[in-house]
Amino acid sequence: MSLLARIKDVVDGLLDPAVRARIDALPRKNLNEFGVDPFGFDPEMIKLVAPFLMLLKQRYFRVETHGAEHIPSDGRFLLIGNHSGQLPFDAAMVGTTVLTEAPKPRLVRSMVERWSAELPFISQLFARTGQIVGDPATCARLLAAEEAVLVFPEGAKGISKMFSQRYQLGDFGQGFMRLALATRSPIVPFAVIGAEEQAPAIADIRPLARLLGLPAAPVIFPQFLPIPLPTHYRIWFGEPLEFKGSADEDDDVVAAQVKKVKNTVQRMIDVGLKKRTSVFF
Amino acid sequence: MATKKRQTKSSERRSEARLQRPRVLVTGASSSLGRVLCRRLHRSYDVIGLDVRPFADRPKDVEHHEVDLRRKAAQTLIKKKKPELIVHLGPLHDERRSAGGATTLETTATLLKLVEQIGAQKLVVLSGAQLYGPSATSGAFLSEDAPLLGGQSDRRLADAIAVDMMVQSFFWKSPETQTVILRPVHVIGAHLQNAPSRFLRQRRVPLLMGFDPMVQLVHEDDLVDAVALALTPGPRGVFNITGPTQAPLSRLLAARGIQGVPLPSMLLGAALTRARALRLTRLDQHDLVHLKYSCVVDGGRALQELHYTPKRSLSQALADLG
Repeated sequence: MSLLARIKDVVDGLLDPAVRARIDALPRKNLNEFGVDPFGFDPEMIKLVAPFLMLLKQRYFRVETHGAEHIPSDGRFLLIGNHSGQLPFDAAMVGTTVLTEAPKPRLVRSMVERWSAELPFISQLFARTGQIVGDPATCARLLAAEEAVLVFPEGAKGISKMFSQRYQLGDFGQGFMRLALATRSPIVPFAVIGAEEQAPAIADIRPLARLLGLPAAPVIFPQFLPIPLPTHYRIWFGEPLEFKGSADEDDDVVAAQVKKVKNTVQRMIDVGLKKRTSVFF
Repeated sequence: MATKKRQTKSSERRSEARLQRPRVLVTGASSSLGRVLCRRLHRSYDVIGLDVRPFADRPKDVEHHEVDLRRKAAQTLIKKKKPELIVHLGPLHDERRSAGGATTLETTATLLKLVEQIGAQKLVVLSGAQLYGPSATSGAFLSEDAPLLGGQSDRRLADAIAVDMMVQSFFWKSPETQTVILRPVHVIGAHLQNAPSRFLRQRRVPLLMGFDPMVQLVHEDDLVDAVALALTPGPRGVFNITGPTQAPLSRLLAARGIQGVPLPSMLLGAALTRARALRLTRLDQHDLVHLKYSCVVDGGRALQELHYTPKRSLSQALADLG
């Protein structure tokens, strides 16, 4: 037996049977004879990353979920929420929560940064676990295939925001709303409480970021590296919002609809913050 | 007596039907794909093959001319034969080392001039989906309108892109001729000697460590089907030709029982340059981009307008490779 097969065996043994059952229950009608969907996603690969994600979810961030019943059991939908924390652990935790706690297991396809496709191993891991390079056409195709797509409308600016701006939503792009209108997809708003304190950034060295070709080069205090602190995550899902209209509508019309979503997410953040007793416990 | 008369009549009719068969000119007829094409097309067309190389084992009714298209003899021949249909194999489908370069551009320019002069009904040009170019930033499922950026990572593709563009402008210049550009994904088949077929016939192949791109393949017979459909009156325009699905490179290799050896990209690039200098391999450093990034195209337009549906599954295409 090769080393790789042996590692797979060990990891497979760590998988919680309940989680395994949920992964097995994922919709599989888009898979071909090679076990992948047209985008290269293989549900079996989720089993290899699930033990690590479950460890983060249950032990490290101790994710507390509210409103999981709002996640649609079938059909397309867009997950829209706040982005923070320097490294996208918020997306990983939302994805894991939807997989394990939604009424029916769904796999979240998140839109990842374009430059991640240039990274060895990471690009491969993302593709096999269903995470897709953010592109409106690809996103529309996924929604047409009745998938669940996660978009952070704040983009890279959201994840690298300063500690002083925590829980204040940045500008929302209009792309997600036009997609929702074009594909008639409901929008499920969510708020992640806790991620904004996991890696407090006190400054951003722009020239260094430009030099390294990264979206940001934050100075993180106290841990200096973007390793997250074990903050207590609370994820709130809201009722699905449905919008009607044309995807080619004028900017100000779409802007009003975007604002509605942004206000909903901000309200959920405010409620979540009010109900929270401690950052770490 | 009566029966004899009837026999001669029917044979006459048959020969008449033969006379009425449309003539199709195939350039690059002696390349491995050209041969496969001629063998298929001669069943329903009078095939005239054109290539500087001989085509020894051709079907009896295929007329082959060993001549360079840029020479006067070839041009006189085409003007005399006046083929109604023309299939032009682009430089991507010629496995010779010397393929491509100024020759291809000149040949294509000459051919386009001739097509205009003889007023051919149909021109089908075989280009390729590689021309879009695999890259980290290109979106998935490229449509026919996507820019041809393959030249950025692989300068050898510049000629093939120029040919494609030349034919695109001909499409607008000469609306009397129905022009079709087919851009197939990597074509593989038992009869083919192109890079993807050769790669998938190895027992052990190098891979780029940490990368496993999605690969699209199409069976040679499916491509020939697409050419046959493109030759029927009606369709015009650019079409991506794909197989039924796509899969990660590693799984295609596993299905063929090929051992992939992952190497860091710098090491592999340097090794290939040396091996190529020693003529140990025909792979080039520029081919590595295909082992790194995906170049997945959308075949929807061919499905709708050309009524093309790939009949061979991806696993069958791999099995038929021999």
